[in-house]
This record gives sequence, C-alpha cells and structure tokens, in this order.
Amino acid sequence: MMENAVNIKINGFDYQVPAGSTILEAAHMVGIEIPTLCYLKEINAIGACRICVVEVKGARSLVAACVFPVNEGMEIFTNTPKVIEARKTTLELILSTHKKECLSCVRSGSCELQKLCKDYGIEDENTYKGDFVNYAIDSSATHMYRDNEKCILCRRCVAVCDKLQSVSVIGANARGFDTHIGSAFEYGLGDVACVSCGQCITACPTGALAERDDTQKVFDAINDPEKHVVVQTAPAVRVGLGEEFGYEMGSIVTGKMVSALKMLGFDGVFDTNFAADLTIMEEATEFLGRLNKGENLPLITSCSPGWIKFCEHYYPEFIPNLSSCKSPQGMFGSVAKTFYAEKMGIDPKDIFVVSVMPCTAKKFEAERTDHSAVAGLADIDASITVRELARMIRKAGINFRAIPDAEFDSPFGLASGAGTIFGATGGVMEAALRTAYEVVTGNELEDFAAFSAVRGVEGVKEATYNLNGTEVKVAVASGLANAKKVLEMVKSGEKKYDFIEIMACPGGCVNGGGQPIVPASVANFTDVRAERAKGLYKDDENLPLRKSHLNPDVKAVYDEFFGEPGSHKAHQILHTGYVERKKY
Amino acid sequence: MYRSHVLVCGGTGCTSSHSGELIEALEANIKEKGLEEEIKVVRTGCFGLCALGPIMIVYPEGCFYSEVKVDDIPEIVEEHLLKGRIVKRLLYKETVEAENVKPLNETNFYKKQHRVALRNCGVIDPENIEEYIAYDGYAALAKALTEMTPEDVIQTVIDSGLRGRGGGGFPTGRKWSFTAANKADQKYVVCNADEGDPGAFMDRSVLEGDPHCIVEAMTLCGYATGATEGYVYVRAEYPIAVQRLQKAIDDARAYGLLGKNIFGSGFDFDLFIRLGAGAFVCGEETALMTSIEGNRGEPRPRPPYPAVKGLFGKPTTENNVETFANIPQIILHGAEFFNTMGTENSKGTKVFALGGKINNTGLVEVPMGTTLREIVEDIGGGIPNGKKFKAAQSGGPSGGCLPASLLDIEIDYDNLVAKGAMMGSGGLIVMNEDDCMVDIAKFFLKFTVDESCGKCTPCRVGTRRLLEILEKITSGKGTMEDLDRMEYLCKYIKENSLCGLGQTAPNPVLSTYQFFKDEYIAHVVDKKCPAGACKDLVTYSIDKDKCIGCGICAKNCPVDAITRTEYIAPGHKLASFSIDTDKCVKCGVCVGNCKFKAVIK
Repeated sequence: MMENAVNIKINGFDYQVPAGSTILEAAHMVGIEIPTLCYLKEINAIGACRICVVEVKGARSLVAACVFPVNEGMEIFTNTPKVIEARKTTLELILSTHKKECLSCVRSGSCELQKLCKDYGIEDENTYKGDFVNYAIDSSATHMYRDNEKCILCRRCVAVCDKLQSVSVIGANARGFDTHIGSAFEYGLGDVACVSCGQCITACPTGALAERDDTQKVFDAINDPEKHVVVQTAPAVRVGLGEEFGYEMGSIVTGKMVSALKMLGFDGVFDTNFAADLTIMEEATEFLGRLNKGENLPLITSCSPGWIKFCEHYYPEFIPNLSSCKSPQGMFGSVAKTFYAEKMGIDPKDIFVVSVMPCTAKKFEAERTDHSAVAGLADIDASITVRELARMIRKAGINFRAIPDAEFDSPFGLASGAGTIFGATGGVMEAALRTAYEVVTGNELEDFAAFSAVRGVEGVKEATYNLNGTEVKVAVASGLANAKKVLEMVKSGEKKYDFIEIMACPGGCVNGGGQPIVPASVANFTDVRAERAKGLYKDDENLPLRKSHLNPDVKAVYDEFFGEPGSHKAHQILHTGYVERKKY
Repeated sequence: MYRSHVLVCGGTGCTSSHSGELIEALEANIKEKGLEEEIKVVRTGCFGLCALGPIMIVYPEGCFYSEVKVDDIPEIVEEHLLKGRIVKRLLYKETVEAENVKPLNETNFYKKQHRVALRNCGVIDPENIEEYIAYDGYAALAKALTEMTPEDVIQTVIDSGLRGRGGGGFPTGRKWSFTAANKADQKYVVCNADEGDPGAFMDRSVLEGDPHCIVEAMTLCGYATGATEGYVYVRAEYPIAVQRLQKAIDDARAYGLLGKNIFGSGFDFDLFIRLGAGAFVCGEETALMTSIEGNRGEPRPRPPYPAVKGLFGKPTTENNVETFANIPQIILHGAEFFNTMGTENSKGTKVFALGGKINNTGLVEVPMGTTLREIVEDIGGGIPNGKKFKAAQSGGPSGGCLPASLLDIEIDYDNLVAKGAMMGSGGLIVMNEDDCMVDIAKFFLKFTVDESCGKCTPCRVGTRRLLEILEKITSGKGTMEDLDRMEYLCKYIKENSLCGLGQTAPNPVLSTYQFFKDEYIAHVVDKKCPAGACKDLVTYSIDKDKCIGCGICAKNCPVDAITRTEYIAPGHKLASFSIDTDKCVKCGVCVGNCKFKAVIK
C-alpha cells in the first residue's frame, strides 16, 4: 500500500495512485494518455480547451482531466463514446476558427492540433464552418511573428510569458468569439517590452507563433560566389538538433551537425564554444578586475540576449552591473570579421557570418549593430534557430542519420568543455570559476565536482567559494521570473552577491526558444531541461580540454591579435554597451 | 415629532423617472407653506411597483400616489399635506375602492407578497443607519456576537433551509460550514452583487433600499466562518447602490459595527467595495474572485472550491445579495421563522423581477411555492392589451421557459429545474402570443455569446455556432438536420463547458425546443414564423377588398413600397393599394396605421 494513495478505477480496472494526482497524471501512470492542448504542467492548468474531458461516475457533466484531482473510489472512463464524441466536437469547433493551411504551415508535422485531428479521425474539417474572425499577422517583432488565425487560444504562450518569464506582454484581448492573444492596446509585439526569448513559440501547439525564418537569407549567401560564408554553432545546438531527426532527447550530434553544415556549403564551420572560451577569458578578467576594485558588483553575465533585453526594459538600474562582454555569438562574429578576415586575407565586407542558435533573441542581438567590431558591418549577418537549421538540412536532402561525423574547421574549431556547458544553466558560472580558480590560485583544478552546486535545473542556485582567501558569493538564475526574484533580493539588500549568472530561458540554452519543439504530451511528463543538460555535461566530461584558458585556439587569438584578455583591442572588438529601454 | 411622513422612492427606476426632482419640489413647497417642522420627506429604496413610478406614499394615511409629476407637487402639498384632502386622481387605482382608500397591502400587487429580503425597501431611509437600527438593524449581529457561537450561527442557517439565491441554490449553511472547517491565516466573505441577468434588479434594490442588511449579514458570515475581511463586488452600473452601500459601510464603521472588536466581542471584521465593469461572467463565483484579484474576469476550474481556495487563494464564502439579505432575519428570529415558509426543499421567500409583457412590471417577493399563475395573473396583473400568456422565461439567459401549460407550477428550485428552467437570480420575463419562441431563444443565446469570456472552447466557439444555426432557422434557411445539430450542440456545450455560464447557455434553446418544437418546425419546414416576429419569414400584403384606398399606409411607408393599384373594390370609391415585397423592409408601420385591418402579415 502506497502512502497517501487512493484507490480508483479507470475504464473498469482498479488502480492505486498517489493522492493529489490529477486524473490526467493518474491515467498517465497507468499507461493511458489523455489528450491535452492547453495544459502545461505547473504553468497552465486552466482547463480551457476541454479536449481532455473524461467521464466520472456521478459527475454532472464531463470533467477536465488536466485539473480534476482523483479521490478515493473515483470511477473514471477515458474512452467512452460520449468522451470520444465530445473530444471530436471540440476539435471540429477549434478547426472552425483555425486557418487550415496545414500543407504550408511551419508546424506541419509537429502541430499538436493536427496530430489530435489525425488521432481522432476528423473526416471533415469544415463540419462547423461559420463566422471566422480575420486577423493580420503581427510581424512587428524582430525575432518572430504571430498569426492569430492559427491560434487556438490555449494560452500556453500567455502562461509562459507571465509565469516563467514575468514579462507578461501578451494576454487575452476582447472576449467571447472575438477573444484573441495580443498585447495591451493591440500593440504589436515589436512595440512592447517583449524580450524576444521565444519561450512562447516553443509553448505554442500550432503554427500561430513561429520564429522569423532566415533560412533563405542563408541559402542566398551560400549561393553568392562573392561571399565567404562561415557558420558557428552554439553549445546547446549539438544537444538539441538530434531531436529534429529522431534522436533521443539529450543526444549529442556534434559530428553529424558539422558534417551537414559542410554539406550545405558553408566555407567554414566553427564552434561557438570557442567563442564561449573567449568570453570566459574576458569575463573572468573583468570579474577579477571588478572584484579587486569592489566596483559594479555583482557582475552579471551578458551571454543571454533575452536577459539583456529584460534588464534594459525592466531593470535598467542593473545595466552598470552587466558584463560588457559581448555574448559568445557576438564575440565570434567580431573575431570572424577582424582576426579571421585578416588571417584569411578576405575583406570583412565579403564575410557572411551565420550563427546557429538555440535562441530567438539572438536574432534581435544580431541586429544590435552599435558596437560592431567593424564599423558599418554587423558582427552577425544571419542568426538562425536549431529549427531553421533542421529545415535547411531537410531541404537540402541531407540524410542526417546516415552521414558520417566531421570535425570543426580551424582556427575556431577547438573548444573546451567549459564552453560546452555554457548551454545549461550554471554553465557559464562554472566555466568562469574553473578559470578564475586557476588564475587566482595558480593551482590546477582537478576536482571538477567542486563547482557542482551551480549545476541543476533549479531556478535559483547560490554558492560561496573561496578564491585564495577571498569569499566569492555567486548566484545562478534561469528563467526571467527567477532572475527577477534574485534582482529584487539584491535591490532590497536581502542578498549580496559578487557574481550572478542569468539565463533568460528556464534551464538555460538547452531549453531555449530556438530549440526543437517538444509537444506538451512529452514535456508534461519529462524534464526537458534536465535531459538535454545531461547530454552537455557528459560531453564536457568526455572532452580532454575542460578549461577555457587552456584552449590553444583561444591562446593563439590572444597571442596573434588581442595581446591579452581585457586589452584595449579586446575591449574595442569584444565588448559592447547597453541602453535603457522603455516599458511602454 | 412629525405629523406626516412622505416616502418617495429613490430606487433606480423611480430616480430615472425624476423622483429626485419630486423630492426637491416637495421640500420647497413644504417650506413655502411653513410645514417643515410637521412633515418629513424620506427618500427610500424601491417599493417594487416600478411600472407606476415615480411613487410616493404619504403616512399616516398610507396614500399611494403613482406616476407623480413635479407639476402635481403643489397640489399634493396644498390639498393633502396642508388641508388633509387626498388627491384622488393621483392615487394608484387599485387602492381606491368605493371612494375609500384601501391599505396598500390589500391590493393585488402586494396582497400575496411576503417581504423578508425586501422588508426595509421602501420603508426606511437607506442612508440613515439609525432608521435601520430602529427596524431591528444590527440586532442579529448583537445577538450572534454576544449569545451565539460561530457554530450556532451556522447551525441556525443550516436549519433555516436557506439556499443560495444567485443561481445554483446551494444550501447556504453548508457552504458556510465548509469555509469554517478550513483553517487559514486569512479567510474572506464575498458578496456577489454583480447582477447581470437581463431584467433582474432585486440585488440592486436591496443595496439601494437596505444596504445595512448586507453589511450586517456579511459580518455575521465572517463571524460564523472565521473571516475578518469582506468584499462586495458590485457593478459600476449601479451608482446609487454603490454610493449608499459605501455610506452604510462608513456609518457602520463610525458606529463600531465594523472594524475592531465589534460589540466588545473581540471579533474584527471590515468590508470593502470592488466595482465590476459589467461582465456577465463575473457573476460566476470564481470569475468574480479573479476579477477582485485584479485580473481579467475569467472562471477557473473547480475544485478547488472557494471554501478551500478562494479569493487570493484563501478560504472564501461567497453569497449573493438576496441570500445575505435573508440572514439577519434568520439569526434574529430563528430558523423556524424562515423554514416554515416555502416548500419542502425550498424554504423562505424569493424575489422576482417581473418584466416583459405584463401589467405590473416590478419587484415582488413571494413565499417559495407560489404558483406561476398567482405571480403572473394576480400580482402581475396579467398581460396588457388582452393578449394571451404564452410563456415566462425564468432564470434569465441561463434559465428556461415555462409555457402556459405550466402556469400552475409551484415555483421552487427543484420544480423549475425539473422543467428545464431554473430559479437563477429570479428574473421572470413574460411573453405573449406576439413573441416567437425561436426568436426568444436566439435573443438569450445572443446575450451569452456576447458575454462569453472566451476561455473555453465549447462556450467560445460552440455557442457562436449554435447562434448561427438559430439565425439560419429564423431567416428561413434552416433544415431538419440543423435542428438535430442544434440539439446536439446544446447538449455538448452543457456537458463540456468550463463554468456555469457555458453549462447553462443552451437552456433557453433546449427549453423552447422542448415546449415549442412545432414553432421551430414551422420555421424550418413551412418557412413561417407563427408569431410573426421573425422578419425574414414575414411578408406584408394588402387585402385589396378591405382596402378603402385612403393611402395612409403609403404616406407613412418609409421606403415607398406601397403604391395605388387600378383595382377598386366593390363598395369602395378609391382604388386599393398594394405592397412591393422587394422594397418592403417589414417595419410594420402600415399594419399599425391601417384602421381597416387591410394590411395582412
């Protein structure tokens, strides 16, 4: 007998399940999947779409399994003709307000509505054809668009924007049949204080929300003989991309990814992890500098452009605390258009830098050109998400699973495990500490578990380390709602830190807004953040090189070009500035 | 001491027919005659007989003057108040019998009424706390706080048999006991004054006419359930109610009847008003609480019920205004006072807002179990213009219709539900032979479609598709398959919607379909609207032999659709007219203007 268990019957069979479970959870435990659309565990339990209805003996009407708790003796029926008919009608009603462009839709094949219609055998998608509200597509934001004609009003986007990110720039506007998702006063997403994190996109069950597709721009560059097109791939891409091609969550597919990129025709395939190592060199130097001077502490990381935009809109008072280091994406672009251009003897104008990112905010970052390494040129010419890269690979007819592994090109092909773990929350902090420890103490770090307190998917993590007699208090936050908590504690004086890592997306880049979309039916019962992070940490463990400052490619860049970390040249090229942005 | 009191209705109905100006004129005239020491003018709450407003009652005679105009005031003051001669021409005619003035409570309108919730409405000055106290106000609170335990209070409410007057009819005492049983650092009492049913205004009347009874009842509820804070959620469209309630709260605080250590008992309770923006769905208890919390008013799934996790996540008891209005009386006079009225499972009285095709539009309070016929024919005075009763819609857009065959139904919660209607908040809209029941169903459904919050699919999309089917039927394009689909969608929406709004939205359709199926079929098969209400199915024509050729119809036709023919009917001198149906907009002006009944629908 389980403690705190209740006895229930599902479809006539007896089960014992934990008390407090919802019907949905109880059914899942015993191998019955009840369909959902609006439900996101702990984030959006609102019982709105009604696709999960089941019959409960004695209940007046059908009940929503996603929110209804089980109780002792409950008899549940998940597949009666009445239930199936109700779900079918709900789907047909949703379809009657849905722009059914399934053949050309970016989410064809990964659309949760499409899957359910198939599962439930919807024969006529026009059963309830009637009035249809027309909406213009909102493409005012840099990173994405919203097509409300495809929206099914599940509100998952609203919930993640509010609960995970505490940004809350979208919500339900109007009411009844005219209800639609939008911002206050019907402002476009580009006109409100959206941080571009893209969490709404990965939460969307349909094609109502999608990243701005920049793949054609990349194909055009590749096909332009005048252009030298180089590509960089962020740490978390190697652990996300495989899912697009049927690999198990958490699989590392670096070799095939590099191979596919080469087959796509890029002139140089490089690793953003190299740039991450470079970032550590600059940022660790910056940190130690500020720590010595006791100035602008806590230092807060600047790798996550969603976080940067959040800070600029909502916490401008922390702008002096932000690290002035460009993000790894930005550092790579800067080095590509300066050091690399010089080394290769190519006019920076002719170098086209593509970055593959697990992130939509990187599209926004790519368009911040006020601190470009080469005046008049963007550091990054196109930033695409993991989903867009997968689309390119499919379009090019590359059989991802069948191709052999390949290695990154030189001179930015070598990277440390410290760079790899940038993709998970706590990774930047750990990478910085590995380097800082050795730089400050002069001792070799042998026990990599020393910094394990900053690992894991918890939203806020804290630790205190002793760097040669100096106590360093650090905090790590992922998900902007958690970032907000930390910042508020710092503001109120409740907490004092020296160094804070903030990633906009919960769990860090592994769970970024540009990663493959995981259907809610999987995400509700799997910790996507943890599964993908596991892959990265394993990759780190298997690498011979695990400390940024030992990366020979990084050393070479300093020796040949920048001199030393924090040098004037490094500042000119690898650092940036921020602006205060309005909320309204 | 005054020798005479003039009570003038200050409810919303009479206020909009200028009772405020009457009071000004009265006071000016009284002053002019130097009678201000002898005669007192009191602005009260609603008397109930809104159809005859503005209303004024002069005591001690008990003269009920109706439809009083400012111009009548000098005469009333001069004749009645100064010389003691009743102004008979202004008396409500029901109160005049063989030259004598009959007491008001012997008139048909008031005779069968029994006022518990409305007992002070039209009797006291709602803005004067001392008048409320003089009428036993706050005596129940004093009794509870000094002589009763919280458990005693709940037991009395349970024993009284009081059920929620807002819609569902859940036993009030049990609701209180659930909240009482949950331990928490903070609990709340919420009063639902978001009255939204079209045509229902009993809650407004209570708040306008007797606001202190809500303050007292909520304080009692707080004591019984362990709550120390209460919120009244009231529509911003009820400005008089809001202002009087705020005054009542302020006065109660000043008298120590709200706040810390009430009656020295150690019990603290305070009350606040929150204004709603008039969304019907905010009458649903979870949506209401979401709105008080400052969010978009949308329902949330239950469980958890408010008694466990309500306002701001804390245990909360929510009742509507009329439910609370009964509480002080129950506590003061005991459960038996209440449970001896009514039927087996529905105790006490119920206030109905009578509206539609009925002579005495207004508010009536009758014991549960009173028949529909008594309400419509005796109290309501029947249907105007000699028309026939067709049906009464009970429970507003969530309720259903009761046809003539059910006129003798004893109205209580369970009888209404058994017939597909519901008590709801007590709106009772009477329909006559000119009303098309399909059109009525469409009207109510249109209301819920407009008021749907848009959260769940069945209500957001389903009700809209249902409405489209009804529109198809009333425009003559419906098929028998549409009727099947209509019935299926009704059941689907009831079974699948998130909250009470959606779950009851199809009721008007289902109940009219149940009792007036032939009307639906006439629209679909014969393409006819038997009541002649659905414009698309009506054609106007002129009986050329009845038409005398006067041309009044043609002169008044707004679209010049009527022209003279060359035909002169036998016995007539002028050529008759005919209607061009292509031009006709079916406004019906010609029908009303033809004295010879020559225009046929």
